[in-house]
Amino acid sequence: MQNASNAPTEAAFEVNRVSKRYGSIVALDDVSLSFPRGSTTALIGSSGSGKSTLLRLLLGLEWPDRGEVKVDGHVLEKAQVLALRRRTGYVIQDGGLFPHLTALGNLGLLPYHLGWSRDRIRSRAEELAALTDLAQDVLERYPAELSGGQRQRVALMRGLMLNPDALLLDEPLGALDPIVRHELQDQLKSIFDQLGKTVIVVTHDVAEAAWLADRLVLMRNGKVVQDGRLEDLQQRPVDPFVTHFVQAQRTLQRPSA
Amino acid sequence: MKRWIVLALACLAISPVWSAAPVRIGSKAFTESVILGEVARLAARQAGVAAEHKRELGGTSILWSALQHGDIDAYPEYTGTITHELLKNLAPDADIPTLRAALKPLGIGITDSLGFNDTYAIGMREDRAAQLGISRISDLLPHPDLRLGLSNEFMDRSDGWPGLRQRYGLPQTQVRGLDHALSYRALASNAVDAIDLYSTDAEIPYYHLRTLDDDRHYFPHYDAIFLYRLSLEQSSPEFVKALQALSGRIGEDAMRQMNAMVKLHGEKETVVAAAFLGVQPDSDGASFWSRLLQRTVEHLRLVLVSLIAAVLLAVPLGVFAARSRRLGQIVMALTGVLQTIPSLAMFVFMIPLFGIGTWPAVAALFLYSLLPIVRNTYTGLVGIPPDLRESAAALGLPRGVRLRRVELPMALRSILAGVKTAAVINVGTATLGALIGAGGYGQPIVTGIRLDDIGLILEGAIPAALMALAVQGLFEGIEHWLTPRGMRLEARQ
Repeated sequence: MQNASNAPTEAAFEVNRVSKRYGSIVALDDVSLSFPRGSTTALIGSSGSGKSTLLRLLLGLEWPDRGEVKVDGHVLEKAQVLALRRRTGYVIQDGGLFPHLTALGNLGLLPYHLGWSRDRIRSRAEELAALTDLAQDVLERYPAELSGGQRQRVALMRGLMLNPDALLLDEPLGALDPIVRHELQDQLKSIFDQLGKTVIVVTHDVAEAAWLADRLVLMRNGKVVQDGRLEDLQQRPVDPFVTHFVQAQRTLQRPSA
Repeated sequence: MKRWIVLALACLAISPVWSAAPVRIGSKAFTESVILGEVARLAARQAGVAAEHKRELGGTSILWSALQHGDIDAYPEYTGTITHELLKNLAPDADIPTLRAALKPLGIGITDSLGFNDTYAIGMREDRAAQLGISRISDLLPHPDLRLGLSNEFMDRSDGWPGLRQRYGLPQTQVRGLDHALSYRALASNAVDAIDLYSTDAEIPYYHLRTLDDDRHYFPHYDAIFLYRLSLEQSSPEFVKALQALSGRIGEDAMRQMNAMVKLHGEKETVVAAAFLGVQPDSDGASFWSRLLQRTVEHLRLVLVSLIAAVLLAVPLGVFAARSRRLGQIVMALTGVLQTIPSLAMFVFMIPLFGIGTWPAVAALFLYSLLPIVRNTYTGLVGIPPDLRESAAALGLPRGVRLRRVELPMALRSILAGVKTAAVINVGTATLGALIGAGGYGQPIVTGIRLDDIGLILEGAIPAALMALAVQGLFEGIEHWLTPRGMRLEARQ
């Protein structure tokens, strides 16, 4: 992302008119979006709206049928995918931790391959444990021995090991109970603020999206419905669906008789 | 990684050790052939030629192809077998000079007759034959209900049952294939009414059998001779001379006597052969334990060499099958087909490629081991949850590293289970290796069946069963040792 010298671009990621289908199911339908460097964006929408597919296109885990994906202003090619993934942290719903490795083993997998010493891996892991508020002794445990919240913290740490430019999170808190979820929302917010990275987070929870990100992109059936701030979605909905989706999130109240 | 190196070294330590071979004499898996093999070996020793006897190498086809390929240098054969089975364009009653001329282009020599004719005959219990008034083969015609128990070889060969039935027009339909060594038992216990036998069999007087007169002269002459490789005339002329000196020395009575000493009185073939030649038998120094040790080493070698080779090929094949599912299905179908080949047939198929001894047995076991390992590698890899597979990709690990550090470790349990299955099957199947000269626990089993000696059969069967259990236990230990602790834990909810 250090190509500021020639053709400076503000966008870390960009998709232009991308479409993607799986058999007869349309996952993305002519979507164009740009993600400025250092911005935090939440992709919201129901399941099947195409938000996860969009995230996967940005990492080269999927390729569009039509349209182009640009990273740092350059069209993404297969040859650059490994390098791109290494400077982009990716966290999925269940953490995606490898069960045969300890938490530390999971954290060290890629750095070790890249030639880091064990000491360097451990000290970086301890640094990140402090950042995510994870107890040190948890590093020696296997994923099966971790709580849901611990697993997601380790997954986030794994995404941050190489100090990447960007973080892509796909329902990172989706599998957690409400208390842990609330606590981690606070932590994620503070981590995003501290690190100032480009962040794209997929969620179906509007409150969580609004808490974590300034910009909300609402998707439906593979298309972008509205792209803006929470206030825009609430006060200037482009479509009745926007209002419907935003209001479907229940606030704390008793059902009236 | 270190664990794998230790494992590999342990395997190397038991890998085969070869030594230069003296003159090799083969024999078929029946007593007379084994005795003649011992006679030849001792006669060679008497003449100052180092010789070894590869005993009980299955049937004619195995010996004949081993002789032609030079895996053995000589073996006892019968003239009738040569004209009917081996050189099919000869008259069935061709004499030995004719055979000699016909064998010469193949590089095979033949001695003169050793002095006896061991032809096929049909035998019945004396009491039963008398009761039915049967003394000639044609007397069987009015008794279509008689049950025949025929040795498998006799059933199949052109000079055996098919021709006999045709010549006499025999009407019997209840014809069962039996191992020759078991057929006397079957006859004695009235499980069958008539069997094929050899005219020098020791059991004929012992079981009070009547040999039926071959009144239509169907059975050809089966004069005993030795076949040998003509190249021996240059490389070991003393040995050829010693073989030829046996001609005319063994009469029918002498042979029946020797057969009886082994089969009915439990003497060792080598002792009987030595007594016949008037020489001292080798001091049979091998104690039970040293025999057991030797067979264990032979057996383990068969199992381990074939298993290691199979792992080296089958795991990559399984990885390939998991990557490219369509081609993978073809790979698995092919290894599945290999699995359906009957084991004895598989061993025999390997002889033209690898000769006799350890290697064809290793090759056959290797082929049998492929399927369980390929299949379990495939299953293990395909069973990895897609989100974990994608997590590894999303980290930015190259394919090879993903395979080595994530996918194979996660599939390891399944792969090891496949290797264990293959190993346990191999321990059992390897006992058949004795029939093609591979030794191992099958050796006493083959001899025990031939001599109808349960003790001897158990001497092979019990260690084989124990080894199968030990292999099973060993692999469970290895599995526990190599499986990362994290894979054994149940996920916390």
